[in-house]
Formats: sequence, structure tokens, C-alpha cells
Amino acid sequence: MDRDGDAVKTRVVKRPQMSLGERIYFATIVKGLLLTIRHFFGVFGDLFHWKTKTTAITMQYPEERWDFKDNFRGAPALVMDQFGREKCVACQMCEFVCPPKAITIWPAEFATTDNNVEKYPDRFEIDMLRCIYCGFCEEACPEEAIFLVKEAELVHTEKKDFIHDKKKLYQMGGIREDRILKWQHK
Amino acid sequence: MTYVLGKLLHIVIVAGAALPGLAAVLVWAERRVSAFIQDRLGPNRVGPAGLLQPIADLLKFIFKEDVIPGHVNKTLYVLAPAMSLVPALVAFCVVPYARGMAIADVNVGILLVFAISSIAVYGVSIGGWAGNSKYSLLGGVRASAQMISYELALGASCVPVFLVVGELNMEAIVAWQKANGWLVFYLFPAWIIFLVSSYAETNRLPFDLPEAETELVAGYHTEYSSMKFALFFLAEYIHMITASALSVTLFFGGYELPWVTLPGGAWGTVLSGLVFFGKISFFLFLFIWVRWTLPRFRYDQLMNLGWKILFPASLVVVLATAGWIAMVTP
Repeated sequence: MDRDGDAVKTRVVKRPQMSLGERIYFATIVKGLLLTIRHFFGVFGDLFHWKTKTTAITMQYPEERWDFKDNFRGAPALVMDQFGREKCVACQMCEFVCPPKAITIWPAEFATTDNNVEKYPDRFEIDMLRCIYCGFCEEACPEEAIFLVKEAELVHTEKKDFIHDKKKLYQMGGIREDRILKWQHK
Repeated sequence: MTYVLGKLLHIVIVAGAALPGLAAVLVWAERRVSAFIQDRLGPNRVGPAGLLQPIADLLKFIFKEDVIPGHVNKTLYVLAPAMSLVPALVAFCVVPYARGMAIADVNVGILLVFAISSIAVYGVSIGGWAGNSKYSLLGGVRASAQMISYELALGASCVPVFLVVGELNMEAIVAWQKANGWLVFYLFPAWIIFLVSSYAETNRLPFDLPEAETELVAGYHTEYSSMKFALFFLAEYIHMITASALSVTLFFGGYELPWVTLPGGAWGTVLSGLVFFGKISFFLFLFIWVRWTLPRFRYDQLMNLGWKILFPASLVVVLATAGWIAMVTP
């Protein structure tokens, strides 16, 4: 009955009762054991390469690495064109746009300006302890000289090693096919 | 004198090297099997297939700071790990692990195992008490209640074996099984009760209520660190080895093989030891396998299972076996 004394309609919900077999547990325990042993032999087979697809999901880290996508934002690096010339013209756009001020450039001038390029970075340093991997430098660069590469694991024992100099940046960036080739024609 | 020295050497080899060594391998096996069951690889870096991992673990335990918290009962706190480990080692002494190779080939055999393994409950409950924290106390109380409850079923499930064989001596039980076939085929229900009770006695999942980490942090060894914790750990694994050895000896023909008769002499001893090792390996694997399959029981379910199902069932099995023997014996 509810508060006013009217009869309340109720519906009896039948609870499922466990059958005798379920209450004895042993059949279900055996079922569970069979399930786990299947996984056991699945990974056991991985060790001996029985199957084409591996069951174990573990990545053996130092040997196996992540396959990053091309737009992955790792450490910034400088690139050269296909003739091995540095593309950076030391315009310092990246230095100005860099939010944490991680980039420092010391520009220098070429003695001759025959090849359409006036400046080059004498020193180019990126402090990786400041870098926030935002990719603004890559966006700002008018010469397509700086890119965020897939390098993501920076491990050093000394603080000064985290400041990437020009040599290190070119080593990380490598060579990138270029369409512009400012050195040859304007 | 030579007898005493020989026994001492035997004890040192078994209790000082073989059992802890096997326990170490078991720790490695536990971690790798659990990993395999969960689709992982487990520790595979230290040594071939990660086999040296237990040694690395041991080194870590040794070099860790041995903290004795300020709030503990110091005497009992230091005593408890030893009280847990020593009975575990002593209980193994009557097990014939190869032909004629029990440390103590005594006629009361299995009764000694039960007597000693009852003492093991003191280590656990005193460890829980000495820790002087609610978690370890609850763990210790649970452990003592659980081990006392399941001891009855464990003991009663072995009685049919003695009824059939007519002896308590372990070597005699093995010899009977060599002549008449494994006792598990005669006394399957008794073996099931024995198996379930032995899981409860060794505090292994699905009955690891004493250290139920989801509710009691780590149960009776919550306050322990360093080697003292390692001793509790070691005791648990040695209990597993003893329980497996008992299962093999009482129900699965001990160190003998069916149909094939092992040669006599030294080679026979070695071969029978290997047979025994192979058999207990299966049971040790079963311990691990079950642990990573079944969830933990609730405490009232545990008590219900022990007192309302296993204990009466074991009594029924005892009576049935006695009746069966009375019928077939002229």
C-alpha cells in the first residue's frame, strides 16, 4: 500500500537461480582454467614463433620502438637540401615565435651575395629543457628549414647536453628534398 | 656419528639449498606464467629467459633497509618471520622425494606434517599481531581462523588414504600405490577436498584472505620489509612445495611411475627423484594456474565452504571408504 492506503501494483521480478552445476563451481572453474591456459600457450607459442600473429601485447622497448606518424611532434631539427646546403637563412622568425624562448640564433653574413642568400646561422641552439614541442618554429619558418622530427626520447646525464647545437640539429634533421632551391634561382 | 653428520648434511642440502632454490624458481615461474596468462611476457631480461630474476629480487631484498617500525612489538616482530619459515621447512622432512630419500622416514609420517604445519599458523598470526596495525592484525586473525578451519578438512581428506593403505608411513603409501595403482583413482573426491583445503592452508588464491591486498594492504606482512618480508614470502612458496609433494605422495604414486619399474641403486634414486620433481612441477604449475584464473573468495564464503561443504564432505568420504573396505574385506 502507498501513503494514501491504495493498493500498489507490484511486479515480482524473477531472480535467476543458480543451477546445481553452477553452485558446485567445478565445471565453471575448469572452464576458467581452460581459458587461461589458452592464453598461456598463446604467449608460449610466441616465444617459439609458432604463429604468424603474436598473442603477447608487450613491446620489447629498447629493441622495438613506436612507429610514429609523420605529423608527430618530436624534437625540432634543422634540415639541409638535397645538395647538402643548409636551408636556414638566420631570419630568426622561429626564435621570435618560440613561446618558451628555447631557440637562440647567432646570425652571420656571407662575404659574397652571389647565391641569393645573405645570411646563415653562425650558431643555432635549441634548449630542449625549455622546448614545449609546439611546432610553432616549423610553422613560422619561411624557408622550410626547421622541422619537428620523430625523435622523442631525449636522455642525457648532463644538463648541458640538452642544449642542441647546430651540428646536433643537422644530424637529427638530415636531408630533405627541396622544391624551392633558393641558392640556384630566385 | 656418521649417521648424524649424514643427516645434518641431508638437512642442510634440502632445507638450505634445494627448497629455497626451488622456491626461487617458483617465484620466477609465478611471474612468467602470470604474465603469459595475461598476454604479457613477464621478466625476461635477467639471465636466460629471465631465470636469474629471483636472484636479482633477492639482492634487492638484502640491500633494502630493514625497517623495524617504532610501533611494533619488537620481540614478536623479529620472531614471526622465522616462526613462519621454520615450520614450512620442517614439514617437508617426512616427504620421500626420491626412493629412500626422506629426511625422516618415520612411521607417523603425515601426522607429523599436520602437526608441524599447524605451528605455521603461529608465524602468520604472530606476525599480524606484532605489526600492531589494523591491517596486519585482521590478516593474522583471518589467517588463523582460515588455517584452523581448513586443517580439519585437510586432515579428514587424508584419512581415507590411511584406511586404504593401512599405514601412515609415506614410503609405505608410495609402495602400496606402486602395487595397486594411484590412489587418486580410488579416492577422487578425497583428493579434490585435499586439493582445495591445501590451497586454503597455503593461503593461495582463491583463498588468500590473510593477505587480501584489495582490502588489507598486504595482510599479516603489511609492516614487514626487506629480508623479513622475503622470509614470509619464502615460507608461502615452501608451503606450496610441501602441499604439492603431499598431493603427489598421497594420491599420485609419489616417486614411482606406473607400469615402468625404475632401476635399483643410485640411478634408481636419481630417476625417482626426477619423476617426483616432474610430478610436483605439475602441481606447482596448477597452484599458479589457479591463482591467475580464479578471483578471491569473500570471507563468509570461505568459512561456508570450509565448514558446511568440505568438512562434512570429507567425513562422508571417510565413512564411505570405511564402509567400502568393510564390504570388500572378508
